[in-house]
Amino acid sequence: MTRVIWADRAATVVLWAIAIGVVAVLLGIIAHVVLASIDVLGLNFVLQDPSDTALGGVGPVLFNSVYILILTLLLTVPLGLLGGIYMAEYAADGPVTTLIRFSQELISSVPSIVVGMFGLALFVSATHWGYTALAGALALLVFNLPLMARLTEQAIRAVPQDERHGSLALGATKWHTIRHVVVPIAIPGIVTGVILTAGRIFGEAAALIFTSGLSTPHGYDFANLNLLDARSPWSPLHPATTLSVYIWKTNSEGLGQFVHQVADGSAALLVIMVLVFNLSARRLGRALQRRVTGA
Amino acid sequence: MIVVSHQPPGSTASPGESPRVPISIEPPTSAPSHAPTPASAPTPDAKLRMDGLNVHYGSFRAVRDVSLAIPPNSVTAFIGPSGCGKSTILRCFDRMNDLIPNARVEGTVLLDGANIYDPSVQAVDLRRRVGLVFQRPNPFPMSIYENVVYGPRRHGVSARKELDEIAERSLRRAALWDEVKDDIRHKSGLALSGGQQQRLCIARTIAVDPEVILMDEPASALDPIATLRIEELIAELRETYTIVIVTHNMQQASRVSDRTAFFTMGQDRAGYLVELDDTVKIFTNPREQLTEDYISGRFG
Repeated sequence: MTRVIWADRAATVVLWAIAIGVVAVLLGIIAHVVLASIDVLGLNFVLQDPSDTALGGVGPVLFNSVYILILTLLLTVPLGLLGGIYMAEYAADGPVTTLIRFSQELISSVPSIVVGMFGLALFVSATHWGYTALAGALALLVFNLPLMARLTEQAIRAVPQDERHGSLALGATKWHTIRHVVVPIAIPGIVTGVILTAGRIFGEAAALIFTSGLSTPHGYDFANLNLLDARSPWSPLHPATTLSVYIWKTNSEGLGQFVHQVADGSAALLVIMVLVFNLSARRLGRALQRRVTGA
Repeated sequence: MIVVSHQPPGSTASPGESPRVPISIEPPTSAPSHAPTPASAPTPDAKLRMDGLNVHYGSFRAVRDVSLAIPPNSVTAFIGPSGCGKSTILRCFDRMNDLIPNARVEGTVLLDGANIYDPSVQAVDLRRRVGLVFQRPNPFPMSIYENVVYGPRRHGVSARKELDEIAERSLRRAALWDEVKDDIRHKSGLALSGGQQQRLCIARTIAVDPEVILMDEPASALDPIATLRIEELIAELRETYTIVIVTHNMQQASRVSDRTAFFTMGQDRAGYLVELDDTVKIFTNPREQLTEDYISGRFG
């Protein structure tokens, strides 16, 4: 057999091996996390308040995670989308565009602990809000916005020029072309941006320690709908420890009898939530695309 | 048939004797040799008209000094070797060249006697009157129905009944209705065959009710049977629309068109018009040796 064919086979084997290796590592992590927490995870753990004397649960912490996720996405997605559209469709090559791109790369590579310090100075101290979910969301916005804008820009640039010209040749304006042809085609790429952003939000601890706080939440009153009352869990001004922060906290304090169980259970819950969010975001993206394109 | 001479008004010589513009086989690279381009006085029965058209891409001159007139309700074919600027010239009629960075258009292009490059003309309005069908079928990744009503929707038609009527009428005119009528709302335009996709693109263009339809090698990506269907369609559409078609296929030009313009390029690689005449004349007894050489396959 010739060398060319051997090389081809070798490449196939190596690439398959790498792919299987990656999947194995992923499955290994999930299996480890889930197995470690198998006797902790349950409805009680998901719903109950944390406790110092018993196993307790992470109900309010889980709620905070979802709350901050939604709040951050509400800020990040529209701004990132518009920013990405601007960079892909409107920005001309020049010093300003270069500067924007440079800042984008710089900000998204700043260590998140530094963003946390910045958030502490600006959103916690200067505003006199104290530790709040909103401060946490704003800190997350700082380093997620460039990522979201960048991924949107790439998704929009990947839309074939033929589609734009087809629309413009029918007398559609540039904005209509973007809104009705370009963005709908780019939805899968934009959804990828949302998922990566969301993953960073779920997983972020450092930037949130200094902004949304470390308090262990107790006794949330979900009937309190006053959005300006810092005691209401629905208010963006309530202190909001998230799961990631809570894992860090329980592990680093090491106090209490059930620390390890709580940490393991929280970790498993976090992994499951990320998984569920990713799958549902993809599904939602497909449904959205079908809806806006009518096919 | 209306035959529009594109000699400058004021000349009284008969078309056979008058110098055509531009005429020389080795054309001038600087000053045009023909009589001064008339400032106004467009031929009244020309639907489209160009005077002294030059197109530059950056420092490269792609099209040199093209003057021609296209009568209404006719099919005019643009033929010529690759790179002679046929598509570029075609796209001056609906200002699609505006979209190319560094492209610069000089001269006048008149639609019904009005200059479409006048600053007061919005390209968006112009393109409703002058449609363009692309070389590669480019339906949107939407349902057949949404593809067809895309233009009307953008121009403010929102009544369901009206859109339904437009969709059916346009698909019928594009000879696609019978093949797709069962599932126009759920079947994607991309699920059609290449020839059907191109007819869908023609239906989409017709739906905005243009006066002129430009076609940029509309059949070059299609098989012979699909090509034939497009040609039949062009023959039907010429009753209603003024059609300008760029084609590489000389048989196609002779089959579908009433008039044919032959372009080529000079030493500086700028495309220019050699002659524009009745198709029969171009293919049997062209005025220029260059045309004769091209259609008989001696070059190009």
